[in-house]
Amino acid sequence: MTTDTRTKRFLNWIDFRFPLTEVFERHLSKYPAPTNLNIWYLFGFLLIFVLAMQIITGLWLMMNYTNSAEEAFSSVEYIMRDVEYGWLIRYMHAAGASAFFALIYLHMFRGMMYGSYQKPRELIWLGGWFTYLILMAEGFTGYVLPWGQMSFWAAQVIISLFSSIPIVGEDLATWIRGDYLVSGITLSRLFAFHVVLLPILLIAIVFFHILALHEIGSNNPDGIDVKKHLDEDGVPLDTKPFFPYDISHDIFALGVFLIIFCSVVFFFPTGGGYIIEYVNYEPANPLSTPAHIVPSWYYTPFYAMLRAVDFPLFGLTAKFLGFATMMAAVAIFAVLPWLDRSPVKSIKYKGILSKTFLGIFVVSFFALCYLGMVPPTETKTLLSKIFTLGYFSYFILMPIYTRIEKCKPVPERVAEA
Amino acid sequence: MQPKSPPNPIRRQLLTSITSLLGFVGVIFAAIPFLSAFKPSARAEAAGAPVKVNISKLSPGELMTVEWRGMPVFVYKVSNEAQNVLSADKSKLADPNSDQQQQPEYAQNDTRSRKRGIAVVKGVCTHLGCAPKFYPEATSQDFDPNWQGGFFCPCHGSKFDLAGRVYANVPAPTNLEVPPHYFETDSTLVIGSDGAS
Repeated sequence: MTTDTRTKRFLNWIDFRFPLTEVFERHLSKYPAPTNLNIWYLFGFLLIFVLAMQIITGLWLMMNYTNSAEEAFSSVEYIMRDVEYGWLIRYMHAAGASAFFALIYLHMFRGMMYGSYQKPRELIWLGGWFTYLILMAEGFTGYVLPWGQMSFWAAQVIISLFSSIPIVGEDLATWIRGDYLVSGITLSRLFAFHVVLLPILLIAIVFFHILALHEIGSNNPDGIDVKKHLDEDGVPLDTKPFFPYDISHDIFALGVFLIIFCSVVFFFPTGGGYIIEYVNYEPANPLSTPAHIVPSWYYTPFYAMLRAVDFPLFGLTAKFLGFATMMAAVAIFAVLPWLDRSPVKSIKYKGILSKTFLGIFVVSFFALCYLGMVPPTETKTLLSKIFTLGYFSYFILMPIYTRIEKCKPVPERVAEA
Repeated sequence: MQPKSPPNPIRRQLLTSITSLLGFVGVIFAAIPFLSAFKPSARAEAAGAPVKVNISKLSPGELMTVEWRGMPVFVYKVSNEAQNVLSADKSKLADPNSDQQQQPEYAQNDTRSRKRGIAVVKGVCTHLGCAPKFYPEATSQDFDPNWQGGFFCPCHGSKFDLAGRVYANVPAPTNLEVPPHYFETDSTLVIGSDGAS
């Protein structure tokens, strides 16, 4: 018996009991990837890589971390100083969080640019949106764990946001904290969320996201429906198998990503205070707030919105309205598939209005990102208000501008694009 | 083979509904212990017991930070000049007469104190819970050129006067909270109890 037939027999044995070949073909070797995918289609793969890296580094950190108010800070110092390569594992995990957000923002922007959220990909988009929500919760809970000054006061401010909800707010905030002020009890529960609940949800929802994608198939930069033109085997003509053709691009991209990522981890592990804030090298002190507290860069656009709303309206306090605005800014992504009334998917074929509003959105996002990092002044608060309007205009006016603008015709085949 | 339709479809529907409803009620009851476990534990509540503070060495204008229930409580002596400033200009304050229930009844007066001259307020900004900084002197500050003395929250720029009353048009919606407190003797302050009984 040759090795070939032996392997084949073994595979047959497996396939009879578990659909191994079928899964491999469906999701890899026969998954049709459009031929016109560009650089924007690399981030999904990189995100999976970062997720795996966060799970592994997180697991190793957990082996030496202590989740009590008395020992959390010193256990992180212990990881940094005494554990072999502990510094590397922690820096990878911290920089990994920033990379996760950078990549997911690029990945989301790709979807917005090429209309990947449009029918029939609404559930893929919702799955991705939910992943983003959980990631935000992961980022926050993880940030609290080192129990430095910034950890403590970030927890204090974020949990206090819930107290702005009318009537039930105060009790709700106490319930979340498990104490009257953020304490070791809060730390323990945030730890449990960070290492058990949220990762399970994250993995489950990413699984859902990919299954839904593989049911419908990938969109492409031209928004062409590749399923319209099939070969005699029923395979879309304008596609190539994901494995080995597309994944080889992804692996090259991974190499480039790792060069950047390792440069950060080895040479700028704190990222100039943007990955690990300097104030967090002081142990948590519940009696004194640091002079200037800012959230991590990936939350600052929403933080700027929170601060921009400083006026009460309709009998609701400014504090609650700011909180609501911030929540709405994240939530509104979920309804994007139903706001876009355009007959075309990709920004390439949409009209000037769609391009303008997407531009306004991008400028507003970056401006708010900056404004959320710096101390507020009157001018800056005014600017935050303007850019908050810019951010929301992209979404709220979308049903109007996508309907009235004139779109270019979408080609039938990729070669004509 | 097609399953036979039930002899009495309405009765079956009713039984299914009742069973589902009961199952749902069961889930709610089963959720209670899990939701309750989130509430402050007995130990956390016990840590909320009153604390005694010796205030005999407090000099006018000096601030003392006392920890109660894990949060900072500011205790300070208000000087005579500062008292006059307090009652002088109320136009910039959001709630000058302390109408909102941010203090026990005995502290609902123009200095928001139980004992005139000794201020006791929670050092927790009513905006998002940061600890405000104490700037007692009425001198020009970066955040306010016409500063009259009081508290400034570094997180989001809320301002309070020396009695913990919030200024209008700042993020914080209400005055700083006055915790329950009483004076056991002239030099002993008890925070966390009204001392009523």
